[in-house]
Amino acid sequence: MSHQSELIATDIEAYLAEHERKDLLRFLTCGSVDDGKSTLIGRLLHDSHMIYEDQLASLEADSTTQGSAGDQIDLALLTDGLKAEREQGITIDVAYRYFSTAKRKFVIADTPGHEQYTRNMVTGASTCQLAIILIDGRHGVITQTKRHSYIANLLGIRNVAVAINKMDLVDWSQERFDEIREQYLEFAKPLDLIDPVFLPMSALLGDNVVEKGDNLAWFDGPTMMAHLETVDVEAGIDLETFRLPVQMVTRPDLDFRGFAGTIASGVVRPGDQVVCLPSGVSSTVDGIVTMDGDLPIAGPGRAITLTLTDEIDVSRGDVLVSEGQEPLRAHNVDAMVVWMTDEAMTLGRQYLLQHANGLSNATVTTIHHRVDINTLEQQSTEELALNDIAWVQVSADRELIFDRYGDNRQTGAFILVDRLTNATIGAGMITGAGSSWDRAPEDSLQRQVSMVSAAERAVRFGQQPATVLLTGLTAAGKSTIATALERQLFDRGKVAVRLDGENIRLGISRDLGFTAADRSENLRRAAEIARLLNNQGITVIAAFVSPDATVRSRFKELVGDERSIEVFVDTPIDVCRERDASGLYERADASEIADFPGVSAPYDHAETFDLRLDASVLSIEESVAAIIEMLAERGHLRG
Amino acid sequence: MTVSTLPDELRLTHLKQLEAEAIHIMREVVAQFEHPVMLYSIGKDSSVLLHLARKAFFPGPLPFPLVHVNTTWKFREMIEFRDRIVQEMGLELISWTNQEGIEKGINPFDHGSKNYTDIMKTQALKQALDAGGYDAAFGGARRDEEKSRAKERVFSFRDKFHRWDPKNQRPELWSLYNGRVNKGESIRVFPISNWTELDIWQYIHLENIEIVPLYFSAPRPVVTRDGVTIMVDDDRFQFEPGEEAEEKWVRFRTLGCYPLSGGVESTATTLPEIIQEMLLATRSEREGRVIDYDQSGSMEEKKREGYF
Repeated sequence: MSHQSELIATDIEAYLAEHERKDLLRFLTCGSVDDGKSTLIGRLLHDSHMIYEDQLASLEADSTTQGSAGDQIDLALLTDGLKAEREQGITIDVAYRYFSTAKRKFVIADTPGHEQYTRNMVTGASTCQLAIILIDGRHGVITQTKRHSYIANLLGIRNVAVAINKMDLVDWSQERFDEIREQYLEFAKPLDLIDPVFLPMSALLGDNVVEKGDNLAWFDGPTMMAHLETVDVEAGIDLETFRLPVQMVTRPDLDFRGFAGTIASGVVRPGDQVVCLPSGVSSTVDGIVTMDGDLPIAGPGRAITLTLTDEIDVSRGDVLVSEGQEPLRAHNVDAMVVWMTDEAMTLGRQYLLQHANGLSNATVTTIHHRVDINTLEQQSTEELALNDIAWVQVSADRELIFDRYGDNRQTGAFILVDRLTNATIGAGMITGAGSSWDRAPEDSLQRQVSMVSAAERAVRFGQQPATVLLTGLTAAGKSTIATALERQLFDRGKVAVRLDGENIRLGISRDLGFTAADRSENLRRAAEIARLLNNQGITVIAAFVSPDATVRSRFKELVGDERSIEVFVDTPIDVCRERDASGLYERADASEIADFPGVSAPYDHAETFDLRLDASVLSIEESVAAIIEMLAERGHLRG
Repeated sequence: MTVSTLPDELRLTHLKQLEAEAIHIMREVVAQFEHPVMLYSIGKDSSVLLHLARKAFFPGPLPFPLVHVNTTWKFREMIEFRDRIVQEMGLELISWTNQEGIEKGINPFDHGSKNYTDIMKTQALKQALDAGGYDAAFGGARRDEEKSRAKERVFSFRDKFHRWDPKNQRPELWSLYNGRVNKGESIRVFPISNWTELDIWQYIHLENIEIVPLYFSAPRPVVTRDGVTIMVDDDRFQFEPGEEAEEKWVRFRTLGCYPLSGGVESTATTLPEIIQEMLLATRSEREGRVIDYDQSGSMEEKKREGYF
């Protein structure tokens, strides 16, 4: 191995000093044998002089018996590991390769491109910071390209380098390169990528892999190697929210009690206030203890042992977090799951769930949808097969303390383990706390049917029941309109019940806060009540902020579309602020209330409504009249 | 969530990242298993492994014993080094030898490296693990050592016969290591999987880790046989007709049983000099190891049978 540094021969101490300061980049190579992936890896290893002479000799011997590169040394053979695979001529697992330059050490997760091996790619991608997507210059963006990009992105990789390979077979054409770049950018729009980097190359001949070569003079970007050496992968590291999942308690004697773990995110210093979850007890960091002496500060990725100033109860599975930035907690979570075993995943079956904060028993309670990784279409299904990717809801018997996977790859990930074979059978990425909208009720429950028909109720009450959902910002006038509407209907001899967001929270929803998930649950409960009342022939007037359009449409779906009337009270926010007697906007401005729609959280203006009222222009009477008119039009006011 | 570019004080070099990963893995094993053990081969990788373990559980003692599979053919200096380190660091060490092999007089000269390795290393290792009832065993193997190791997991599952099935390995995601085993089954754990030979040397240099003096060049009595330089470490050495020991400046890049470890001629007597030689060399580390070359894909075969 000859690293190309003069320093090795002239000043080894200086060389060592330089190399001991290198950083580490873990990347994934996606593509099939046909795209020249193994050749690219072989080329990176070969041209960075990481292949020893005896390995090269053994490679030359192999090339004559198994190779497919004609007279040249078949670099692809370097990366094929196991005997059976070599004979089959395909790579069938995740293999890890290593090389380093003066700037960085690299770990390559080499995963196969074949369709049936989603599972391997997911495994490889889980620890990577960057993905190289290989495209055969002759074929351009194909289904496989999309699949690889989607999976890499699903696993949280935002840095993508698109290697447009085999440029020698398309006459080194810049036009072709541009064409493929446009194709890729078009399809990658919905993905959450940092600007993908496009690199033309010929892995076989070496152009623009490590050396620039002569054939791609028109290309003014970096070589693949130069890009790998310089790409910034630190930009996404979270230094704000401290998370230390406690792996074990170190207690060598009565005087020392340390909490050991690897920092998942954030920074810690002696003197910091931390909270232990799930207990919620706070303490102060006393020291960051290591064999090399106490540290003044420690950040993400560091394996440390913390001591605290108070004797609080902390054990394996607990999480130490920074005060005021607590993670999410729930028994039910929504997650993207990749299924990794032949035996299908079925609803209700018990699995073990392993997460940064420990092990619990879990079942998948709902499959929201499965993603077809070729078309990215969402499909409904009752079970998952090997290599399926789906958005599901998981219910655990222990409270999970987590962040969304998009925010934290360490605290947002879990694996599912088979209780009998102990095999790892699923990988999960948490998207948020699970809502109850989709949760199926217990199978054993049966609905009791009423002896009074809807027609009889309609005649008795002189109406066809409806649910009027008044939505809009705080202080838009929803409750005022609802109260006036209730009066009007009552005066006309109709039977109506008013459900007010705040009133519901005073009782039925007093356990809920104001996060998006809690708002959603509050509305679900209101929808259940509305449906119950509608079924009894009674009209419902519901006044809720309901800022999320998806949740509003779920509300209408649950109540029944033919009974629902969504009224958007679209009062300009300045007017709302003026009318706000309770000072909620001021408190939201001062960050005393978090996630406040219109201030620190969005109100989704998607046009889901049936009627739009601007309460800054219309009087209360006019607003109520408009709603009455719609109720009449739709036949709700006659029995 | 706010992001910011990493300030220098928080940037982890590749060695610090590898160190943190290894520590995380070791702690996970101790937390998940009842009877872990560390396989200690006395070589440089074992020295690094031991150093990392002391860091992982600092300020406590190692929460597991070390097992050394003693074929009785190790270099004498290795055994001296082992005993001194164990004493100085206050470690618990179990030295295990396959008594059946001893009784049958199995040795590397008469029985061929394949049979010898199987009986005195692979079988002995299994016996030692069974005797201790260990459910997890740390080893110092690295993925860059040999082709078949490139796909090895960090937690490598073994059935109750210690067999490794390359088709039946658990996918390993993030830093979530699945350590569930049924009774009798076990895992081998490789905390330094992602280290290369250069990383090992750099880390030894940076952390000032003590290693067996055989790694440094010195005048030693050797015989050159089939292109491999073998040290005459004791009077059990079987000379072939016409052979005699000659003194040469040699050092060893890997250490094992002295008749199976090839030395390299060298003048390197310090760590930087060793690293310098390695970087300028064109022969890979395992080449001096006779057992890899018995048959094509031979490491894979050995691993299936339970070799580390």
